[in-house]
Amino acid sequence: MLVVDDLHVSFGGVTALAGVSFVVRPPSITSLIGPNGAGKTTAFNAITGYLRANRGRVTWDGAPLAGRPSDIARRGVVRTFQKTSVFPALSVFENVRTGLHLRGRAGVWSVLAGARRVRAEEARLAETAREILAFVGLDRRRDEIAGELPYGEQRLVELAVALAARPRLLLLDEPAAGMTGAEKERLIGMIRRIRAADVTVLLVEHDMKLVMGVSETVVVLNHGRVIAAGAPASIQAHPDVIRAYLGSSSAPA
Amino acid sequence: MEQLLQHLVNGLVLGGTYALLGIGLTLIFGLMSVVNFAHGEFYTLGAYAAFAVLALAGWPFFAALAAAIAAGAVLGALCERTLLRPLRGESIDTVMLVMIGLWIAMQNTELLVWGGVARSIPHPFPTEPLTLGPLNIAPLRLFVVGAAAALIAAAWLLIQRTRLGTAMRATFQDRDTAALMGVPIGRIHTITFAFGSALAAAAGALLGPVFLAYPSMGDLASLKAFSVVILGGLGNLAGATLGGLLLGVAEELGAGYVSSGYRDAVGFVAIILVLLFRPAGLFARAERIG
Amino acid sequence: MIGRALVVASALALVTAPAWLASPYHLHVLIMAGVFAILALSLNLLLGYTGQLSLGHAAFFGIGAYTSALLALKLEWSFWLALPSAAVAAGLAGWAIGRLALKLRGAYFVLVTISFAGVISLVSINWMELTNGPLGLPGVPPPELGPWSLRTKTAYYYLVLAAAALAYLVCHRLVYSRIGRALVALRENEPLAESVGIDGTRYLVLAAVVSAALAGVAGSLYAHYTRFVSPEVFLFTYTVTMVIMVIAGGKGTLVGPVVGALLFTALPEALREAMAWQWQMLAYGVVLVVLVFFLPRGIVPAITARAARAAAGSRAMRPGAAPR
Repeated sequence: MLVVDDLHVSFGGVTALAGVSFVVRPPSITSLIGPNGAGKTTAFNAITGYLRANRGRVTWDGAPLAGRPSDIARRGVVRTFQKTSVFPALSVFENVRTGLHLRGRAGVWSVLAGARRVRAEEARLAETAREILAFVGLDRRRDEIAGELPYGEQRLVELAVALAARPRLLLLDEPAAGMTGAEKERLIGMIRRIRAADVTVLLVEHDMKLVMGVSETVVVLNHGRVIAAGAPASIQAHPDVIRAYLGSSSAPA
Repeated sequence: MEQLLQHLVNGLVLGGTYALLGIGLTLIFGLMSVVNFAHGEFYTLGAYAAFAVLALAGWPFFAALAAAIAAGAVLGALCERTLLRPLRGESIDTVMLVMIGLWIAMQNTELLVWGGVARSIPHPFPTEPLTLGPLNIAPLRLFVVGAAAALIAAAWLLIQRTRLGTAMRATFQDRDTAALMGVPIGRIHTITFAFGSALAAAAGALLGPVFLAYPSMGDLASLKAFSVVILGGLGNLAGATLGGLLLGVAEELGAGYVSSGYRDAVGFVAIILVLLFRPAGLFARAERIG
Repeated sequence: MIGRALVVASALALVTAPAWLASPYHLHVLIMAGVFAILALSLNLLLGYTGQLSLGHAAFFGIGAYTSALLALKLEWSFWLALPSAAVAAGLAGWAIGRLALKLRGAYFVLVTISFAGVISLVSINWMELTNGPLGLPGVPPPELGPWSLRTKTAYYYLVLAAAALAYLVCHRLVYSRIGRALVALRENEPLAESVGIDGTRYLVLAAVVSAALAGVAGSLYAHYTRFVSPEVFLFTYTVTMVIMVIAGGKGTLVGPVVGALLFTALPEALREAMAWQWQMLAYGVVLVVLVFFLPRGIVPAITARAARAAAGSRAMRPGAAPR
């Protein structure tokens, strides 16, 4: 279980998170929504170690989640980024293979010695990379340069890289942004299959149809506070949520 | 005690020119994000320009200083237009490589033109030191401090009090917003690089007669300028001024009381320590967040 | 196929070089090219793969040269012990710089490395008791192998060739492993690399250590070849030469730095008659500028890209391929 407890983050004088608490129960698909500037990405950054919270704590599996982003990834908590983030000059395949870092064990000495088990591991990792590419439907793009792909496919590369790190909790920051309708449909299917593989998903997304369709729990942030949490149906009817979204461009229905 | 005072005075003479070097570099580094490894070569250029005008053309000393400043500004503007403008938008590392190339090219051009022999630059000041109580100071050194102070003040006025300076500060704060407000970024960059190079050349023309002019004199000058920038904080004019004086005094004290062989290590150690422990510079008021 | 044939032919040419090279002088040039190939490979590990430029690389070279020379002269250690000790000493220095500068990137990393080299160079000049100051250390003994002394150029050539081949192998194994992919990931996109569990600190320090150790090996080879070490080994010219070799050959490729090293050792020697060395250094500066403008990825990637286009088969980009 991910427990976010009383998280405070401020930049200079501006408060981004003013005591945010919520839980994500595995396995589930939980969404974090709210108007622009509500603090969703800040919460992601604080959970995954990209930002130090001024106060509050985050625990995962009963132990505090702290340290550098790479330490947190090692605990099985992996995130994607709001702004598309791939290894731009590498092929799609190399992107995924790089994402497999934590699944490899080979250390400096065995690599330098050219040990047989290093070669076996490389073969195994390449196979895993191919499986992941097939999962996100990018197998035909494997040799193309990631930075040159269309936007929607770059988002899939990013998802594949995150999956390669073998998450048990996957934080997706606006994965559907910039995707076409058909691409979104496929994404929803993928998120469901990721969940079916016992990976808990925490989603930040602006597409309310997608959020309400896929989530089991929805947490609503506004002005750096949680104003509601619960099943999608109850959230859509929640008066505070409706008030928060009134006048903002994206209504919660 | 007297010895200490003497070291302090010598340090200030040195520090004044370091400050000039540092101000030029901090503008270029801070405003244009150009890691200018060729900065010291403009210092060398200034020294040789002064040498040419004084020793070869026989012009007066002040004309030599003016000629050095003009040479620095013109060549600086030229380099910006030909080398840096086409690379705007390229990564900082790419630009840095070009500046390293310019550094090597300029230095060896100077070597070819002037030869490897160090030149002593003549000056009109009496060599007999002035005695002020316990202190001895050569009139030339006194002039160097005064001229450096005047140039620093002029730079300060230009940045703080003129429209051009306002545009430069706006570009430093936020290039995109400044461009939206109608600041001609391209021209500001050219002027900044020319201005920074002119200050470096002035430092070379001032310090050249104190020491000697030789082709590789710019290497250490570049590194000292970087020390000053890092001591003072990026783009911080007051910081660069204080940083320059501090470095000059620290070098004099280090050479006087520790070991003269390690004089030049002071700047290196300053770079390492400040970057490790106070990366925003010694004089940063508060850390910027976000 | 053509690629493989080319590799075999070059390997053959290198192995048989002492037989067909006209003069010992040419062999000398090739020995120096070998030393520089190790240096260029070493710098490339940092500059090409992690994207961090070290302008203090001459320091690691010099530390290796002095360590090896001092151990051989003062403690009368065998070359075969002095060489690995030189690698360890330089590697330790690399570790220290890596640890110190691990939060710094880009220009700030450059400045710390350059300052470090400056301090080390001053120490070599001023610590008379140890280094003999500017006079340097003459009489560094040549390596001995059993009953033979490797004092002939041919013998030393094979030693350097073996060392360069080993350095190439080290780089090759690292680059085409999860470690190499981690280094490239840090160059390409550090936040993303961290998000999949790549510890930036650990891998940058690792790259700095291996890179410095290789430069130390080159320093040791240089010391026992020229039999003389002085503070000149710290000259910035060495660092600049390495940078040009890596950039010209193609940073982030394995063959690039080697090609760069051969080219930029042989070319100045070939031009020595026609051109004073000041002109050569001037040309170096101009070449660096021209390369950045017109061949930013370097010679080897430009050739392979052309060959790939000719073959009209778009294959996967190699893990270490240079960015854009």
